[in-house]
Amino acid sequence: MIELEGLMKAFDTLVAVDDITLTVQPGEVLALLGPNGAGKTTTVRMLAAILKPTAGRARVAGYDVATQSDDVRRNVGVLTEAPGLYSRMTGREYLDFFGQLREIPTLQRRARIDTLAEWFRITDALNRRLGEYSKGMAQKIALIRTLLHDPPALLLDEPTSAMDPASARLVRDTIMELRSNARRAIILCTHNLPEAEALADHIAIIRQGRIVEQDATPTLKARLLGPPLMEIRFAQPWKHQASSPNPGAGNGIVALIENAVPHNGVRVQDAGDDWVRYSTADPATANPAVLRALAASEAPVMTLSVVEQSLEAVYLRVVEGNGTDGL
Amino acid sequence: MDFEAQANAAKLPAPPATHADSASHGQRLRTAWYPAWVVMRREIKDTLRDWRIVVPIVLLVVVFPFLATVTASRGLTFLNQYGSTLIMERLLPFLMLVVGFFPSTFSLVIALETFVGEKERRSLESLLATPLTDLQLYTGKLLAATIPPVLASYLGMITYLLMAGLRLDWWPPLSLLLVSMTLSTVQSLVMVSAAVIISCQSTSVRAANLLASFIIIPMAFLLQVEAGLLLFADYNALWAIALCLALIDVLLIRLGIRVFNREQLLSHDIDELDLKRALRVFWEAAWPHDGLRTLYTREIPAIVRGMRPELLMTLAVILIGGGYVGGWGIRHFPLPADVFDLGQIHSFEGISQMVAQSGLLASFSPWTIFLHNARVLLISAALAFISLGIAALLLLLAPIAIIVYIVGQVGSIGLNPWLFLAVTVLPHGILELPAAILATAQAVRMGDVLLSPPDQGGGVDGILREMGRFVKLFIGVVLPLLLLAAWIEVRITPHLLLNFLGR
Repeated sequence: MIELEGLMKAFDTLVAVDDITLTVQPGEVLALLGPNGAGKTTTVRMLAAILKPTAGRARVAGYDVATQSDDVRRNVGVLTEAPGLYSRMTGREYLDFFGQLREIPTLQRRARIDTLAEWFRITDALNRRLGEYSKGMAQKIALIRTLLHDPPALLLDEPTSAMDPASARLVRDTIMELRSNARRAIILCTHNLPEAEALADHIAIIRQGRIVEQDATPTLKARLLGPPLMEIRFAQPWKHQASSPNPGAGNGIVALIENAVPHNGVRVQDAGDDWVRYSTADPATANPAVLRALAASEAPVMTLSVVEQSLEAVYLRVVEGNGTDGL
Repeated sequence: MDFEAQANAAKLPAPPATHADSASHGQRLRTAWYPAWVVMRREIKDTLRDWRIVVPIVLLVVVFPFLATVTASRGLTFLNQYGSTLIMERLLPFLMLVVGFFPSTFSLVIALETFVGEKERRSLESLLATPLTDLQLYTGKLLAATIPPVLASYLGMITYLLMAGLRLDWWPPLSLLLVSMTLSTVQSLVMVSAAVIISCQSTSVRAANLLASFIIIPMAFLLQVEAGLLLFADYNALWAIALCLALIDVLLIRLGIRVFNREQLLSHDIDELDLKRALRVFWEAAWPHDGLRTLYTREIPAIVRGMRPELLMTLAVILIGGGYVGGWGIRHFPLPADVFDLGQIHSFEGISQMVAQSGLLASFSPWTIFLHNARVLLISAALAFISLGIAALLLLLAPIAIIVYIVGQVGSIGLNPWLFLAVTVLPHGILELPAAILATAQAVRMGDVLLSPPDQGGGVDGILREMGRFVKLFIGVVLPLLLLAAWIEVRITPHLLLNFLGR
């Protein structure tokens, strides 16, 4: 479990992290999103007990980052922003070095390195100098280093950066697998919003050192982007002849759909010759009613689907909606 | 994206047991120094894989001793023609010291590479995220930067010894060998421990290399002092230097441990020159904003209180060092009684003439003495910057040693040395010495501040602040005291001396 309460970090005149409160339960992934310089890395460094908080407190795997820093570092795996490998060492030597620092006994260390290397499909490269590695391979080695001691808390800063699509997918699979272990809490810092959406149970958006939005991913989307958006497609262009057509829609379909559900339960957002989009807070009740009304009007309905509203839209609304980032 | 299905298809390997889980290994591996040992081993292996470090060290260990032996051999042959064997006999140990010194300078390069290089390559953060304590990391890296150059230094000296022994039949006494090896070790440690402090304040190897000149210049200066002592075959003085260096090692290592922390290592100081800001910081510290009354009742006492450790160090060094060097001079270079021709001192004009003839001062006037002393103290402060304060201490130690030497010699011609001291030094010295001590202590502080991290009074702001305080102290206290002392030295001291001599 990772808990932050009023966490703050100031460097001279700059407040890098300001009053952050978050909780990541075991078995959960929290995606920490924000523009460059928003305070993500400083937050991760405090959680990894590398930097001391100026105020507030944080506990990682049950240990306080300020007073039990050694224990925190023993129980946390940190994937740093840059892999930062030692170019003159081989992959195996490098991982062995970190395994020794983590006090993993020799035989288990070797076995663990071999199995993780196999998992990340990098066994063949283990005996090559790290200086010869591609960026993606270096990132994989850094990930193995992070997972070597099987920590209960993981802090992953841009885990799939510089990776080819196949490797990125492998890393995402790994995170899903790690999440399935209910004892592990994961914080994921990323600029890859589809990745965050796919992996994270919760999203926190940080801007100028402060958390400006945080919630479960679907809740956050619903809250910031409004109720779910539905789209109906017709088999061919279709016009409903109504007595009072909505001036925006160009035909009577707007009135037909909006009147299908009482108390403004449906709001038509847009319509074309062979499609119409509407939003509703209660799709379970509204959709059957709309379909019944359309069927009664002999509309050639082909499909009814949910329009995907991306996390990117949420992110941009939060980050850009509040002005540009000043850091 | 169906991650769940993929994840289920293959499972991650089972978690490892750590030594902490294993009682049999636990005790051994959880000992405090094991992680430091792991870090040290990795660093040394890494260093030995870098041909840019290994090749020059090998050349210095093999080729340079060979060249030194050839030079010594030729020199011996040449000087033997004129019967001046002593010069080469004394030069042979010096060459051994030089042969040992050159490889040890690599400790500086390795230390900068090990500490700030890792910071620059951004590999440090992953290391800082491990359970290593700051002390373990510091120790591992310190040893890794010290051991290879020191071993290379020993190897170079042994190579030279074997070559010189076989070719010139010169085998040094054990005491010389021991002192040379000790000096080489403590010098390396000084360079490494100072480099660590510099590294903590630098964001790039380039910046660290520029700052490293503050280490190499005093070390080169020290090597010249050691060369001089070797020519006099004064091994005791060499041991004294080794002891001083060992003490400096302790101080630097203590300071290094204090500044070597995760917070400092990941700080992002920008090596950028901001003249406006620099001037503002300097001006704030130098100008007495609240008037003269506050200057003398609050600001200057606060500066003096703030430099208490430097004051104590200055006093200790000039009293102990000055006493030792003056005493050493008395023992080794006793002046014949006729050199002290006090008969020349019969009038004020005579004294004035003697001073003018000595060449030390253009004339025996308060203004000349005042300007001379002020100039020396300013030079001393400037030198403090490039010597971490050491040059300032040495410049003040020198006149104290001379006073001790002269007062000691006076006893040999039947005068009471204490009375002589009270008459010739005390009247103006009572003002001049405190002024010099204050200026020197603040100069030492300016040298110290180079080694302090920004959050502990160091950094560019810290340096400028201390420079500002020096100016405030110098103009507010040191110059008035020096002026008054110079007036006494010219107008009162000579008359007291004449009275003392019964003229």
